[in-house]
Amino acid sequence: LIPGLYIHVPFCKSKCPYCGFYSVTDLSLIPRWISALAREISLYQGTFQAFDTLYLGGGTPSVLSPAEIERILEAVLQSFSLLPGAEITIEVNPGDVAREEAEALKAIGFNRISLGAQSFHEDALDFLGRRHSVRAALEAFETLRAAGFHNIGMDLIYGFEALPPWAWKATLDRAIGLRPSHLSCYQLSVEKGTPFCGLNSQGRIRRQTETRLRGLFLFTSRRLSECGYIHYEVSNFARDATSFSRHNRKYWSHAPYLGLGPSAHSFQGAVRWWNVRSVEAYCRALEGGQAPVEDREVLDQGQMKLESLGLGLRTIDGVPLSCLPNEAASAHVLRRLSDAGLIEIRNRRARPTLEGLAVADGLPLAMMPPDRAQCG
Amino acid sequence: MHNIRNFGIIAHIDHGKSTLADRLIQKAGLVDDRHFRDQILDSMDIERERGITIKSQAITLPYVSRKGEKFDLNLIDTPGHVDFSYEVSRALASCEGVLLLVDASQGVEAQTLANLYAAMEHNLTIVPVINKIDLPSADIDRTKEQIEADLGLDPEEAILCSAKDGIGIDEVLEAIVARIPPPKGGEDEPLKALIFDAVYDPFRGAVICCRVFTGTLRPGEIICLMSTNARYKVEEVGIFHLTRQSRPSLSAGEVGYIIAGIKAVRDTRIGDTVTLADRRADTPLPGFKKAKPVVFSSIYPISSEDYPSLAEALDKYVLNDAALTFQKDSSAALGMGFRCGFLGLLHLEIVQERLEREFNQSIILTVPSVLYKFELTSGETITIDNPIDYPDPAKIKRSFEPYIRASILIPERYMGVVMPLCLERRGVNSRFHYPTPGRIEIQFDMPLAEVIYDFYDRLKTVTQGYGSFDYELLDHREGDLVKLDILVNGEKVDALSQIVHRERARHRALQACDRLKEEIPRHLFKIAIQGAIGGQIIARSTVSPFRKDVTAKCYGGDITRKRKLLEKQKRGKKRMKMIGSVTIPQSAFVAVLKSEED
Repeated sequence: LIPGLYIHVPFCKSKCPYCGFYSVTDLSLIPRWISALAREISLYQGTFQAFDTLYLGGGTPSVLSPAEIERILEAVLQSFSLLPGAEITIEVNPGDVAREEAEALKAIGFNRISLGAQSFHEDALDFLGRRHSVRAALEAFETLRAAGFHNIGMDLIYGFEALPPWAWKATLDRAIGLRPSHLSCYQLSVEKGTPFCGLNSQGRIRRQTETRLRGLFLFTSRRLSECGYIHYEVSNFARDATSFSRHNRKYWSHAPYLGLGPSAHSFQGAVRWWNVRSVEAYCRALEGGQAPVEDREVLDQGQMKLESLGLGLRTIDGVPLSCLPNEAASAHVLRRLSDAGLIEIRNRRARPTLEGLAVADGLPLAMMPPDRAQCG
Repeated sequence: MHNIRNFGIIAHIDHGKSTLADRLIQKAGLVDDRHFRDQILDSMDIERERGITIKSQAITLPYVSRKGEKFDLNLIDTPGHVDFSYEVSRALASCEGVLLLVDASQGVEAQTLANLYAAMEHNLTIVPVINKIDLPSADIDRTKEQIEADLGLDPEEAILCSAKDGIGIDEVLEAIVARIPPPKGGEDEPLKALIFDAVYDPFRGAVICCRVFTGTLRPGEIICLMSTNARYKVEEVGIFHLTRQSRPSLSAGEVGYIIAGIKAVRDTRIGDTVTLADRRADTPLPGFKKAKPVVFSSIYPISSEDYPSLAEALDKYVLNDAALTFQKDSSAALGMGFRCGFLGLLHLEIVQERLEREFNQSIILTVPSVLYKFELTSGETITIDNPIDYPDPAKIKRSFEPYIRASILIPERYMGVVMPLCLERRGVNSRFHYPTPGRIEIQFDMPLAEVIYDFYDRLKTVTQGYGSFDYELLDHREGDLVKLDILVNGEKVDALSQIVHRERARHRALQACDRLKEEIPRHLFKIAIQGAIGGQIIARSTVSPFRKDVTAKCYGGDITRKRKLLEKQKRGKKRMKMIGSVTIPQSAFVAVLKSEED
């Protein structure tokens, strides 16, 4: 298994109220952070050698200037090598890419873009607190394409009242019209510690009802499938199998990955470790020659299996039945779930159906009976 | 001996018994204020939390009277709940007098009356004490009126106090000395000591709490427990000063403890008489009864592999609670478990809580049952306490269920809501009397089964807390009893079956289906819940399936958080039972007992 490299850019021009990823808006910290990152990269020289994916995420990586991004890439290549054909992705905010930047990214070596379009409906962008317009998102896509990017993925969010069903359908169709190689369609979830979380507890985040969310989810999948996209993970669609997000699939399959930058997680062997969630603490640690690791854990076999279930059942690959803690005890529930059309059992694997993906987070537990008892 | 006083405090629940005991203990200086904690006699957490006394205990309070005379005042604490009336009677039998505590704002309640009768039965001197006189709602004159009219006591003898604020405590102590007679009985006569309680000490075994009536007991002597003839060598005797204080001997009139290498509390019997093996008393003290369970339920481990651990826990549990009976039981739905007998529903709840809390067991209790009798066509009569044993209906000639006499004391204005409640619970033979203007005592003959569920809770609700309730067991009476089964997705859950009166079957079935609907979490498929008698479905409800979860993203490699959530859900699921492919939480098994109005 070839490892992937993730770099978390913890900066945003403004915070989106729904987003739970760590970032700060004080951009003056960027130079200090880049120096610290360069030190962190060199700390892992030897522990990791080569990667076949590099993912610059955030935060908003596109707040960095091309020169700054280039400096990061150089630092990476000083300590590690990127294999030929490596997937090199950067997340881009629509307002941040004029032609010049797009061409610079291409020149630096990025071959995949994840565009944070989020919506093609103005009310929705407002509700989500995004700083770009629908027009800017469309233009950004065209600009990137013109700069020579063929592998562009787009993020879209749905499932809240500010985006009525017809508007979601229009958004989706507009996205399809652009023919992106990859689409991530998320239902809005309320993350702990975000402004939306506070608003939600006051009942001010109006999501759609469960039945409607299900309807929208099934619609999304069917519409995209009709247009040739493969629904390969709960929220992810790709134009063909070569366009699956190679990097994200590492997370879902226990492949090793190195995560650099504040709050980033890494995994190797059975060890997972993660960095401090603070730019200040991150820089201070590295300036003192210390790894900015907040904590680590060693997964036992049971935990590995549980994660495999939790992650695998969100993908069309499903999981081998051997991931179940007690396969024999699960036979009855597996049959029940299969009769209910939620999973398919073939070649000793359980794969979620579309209906199953709709309740993917409930599947692992449903597949594990707590205790065996027969009934008379 | 004339400087000893043995007394108890009897009161309706919440009338301040434990608080008064606290004040008396503080006055005696057994514990300094700094180390004092409320309800010091209630040593079990559950007792303190629920504000009730489960186990009786005794304490010897040194007291110097106003005249300068030294006394040992033995306070024998009594359980304050009707489930434990036998324990109360044994504690009272150990006293010469009682403080009858009445709340100045609540007045005389059903248990106050029951307590008074119990005290009179033992010919005890009764000292009425009106408590909580400092409350704004206190109505001392009316309480005095009730003491005179309801209890037939001289209201002018009542001592006014506020245990909470320490008012009138000296007067209470003086009255104990002045009014309660000293114990009688010769120190040189053969030993007779009444066991009123026993507690378990993990290092010493059972510790007998007893009142010596005649004779003297010293370490090294061989005692004999008269009901079983079991013999033990006495290791230590002494008195209680919050902690045990060993003494060279215990003599007639004294209250204290005996440690004699007795392994378990169940080897001792409350109400039994202790005598000396080589100088036996001719007759035991009167009133010994074997505690008889009236409510039955099965206890199952949530996870069947925990059965051995539950068995061990029960063995340990009964070291300290002789009233619980248990034997092996098994259920198709729940696996191996134990059929247990309890003194009442409160006792059941206490056992459940203590097993979970102190013994770390995850358990399921089945629907409580009473003892039913069936006369079969063969002429044979069988007694059953478990719905599983319900006989083939074709073979039942007549069926019988236990009845109680319920006494309910309420302000008259609640008559209109209490009557329908009692009638709905199949109450018959109502009698009324008006002890004081504005208050009414209602007596009903009622099936015990109708009371063990939620009657007391309902009574409290409809009377806004003013209703009080007490009962005594009567006899078995004929009734049309059927077995109600509960089916989940077509599979019968035997642990949810109950024996009910035909008239009430539909109501119970609907109630069970509704409660289960609330308790069973939504699954990924539809769940049907049905109530049935024989093959006939008489009630049903449906749990709609879960249709969409808003799935959080899985990016940035933070899989740990997701796994922790799964682990948490998995732990939660451990507390559930699988019936077919449906997961049923422990709470569901209890929920079927609660009524929908709660």
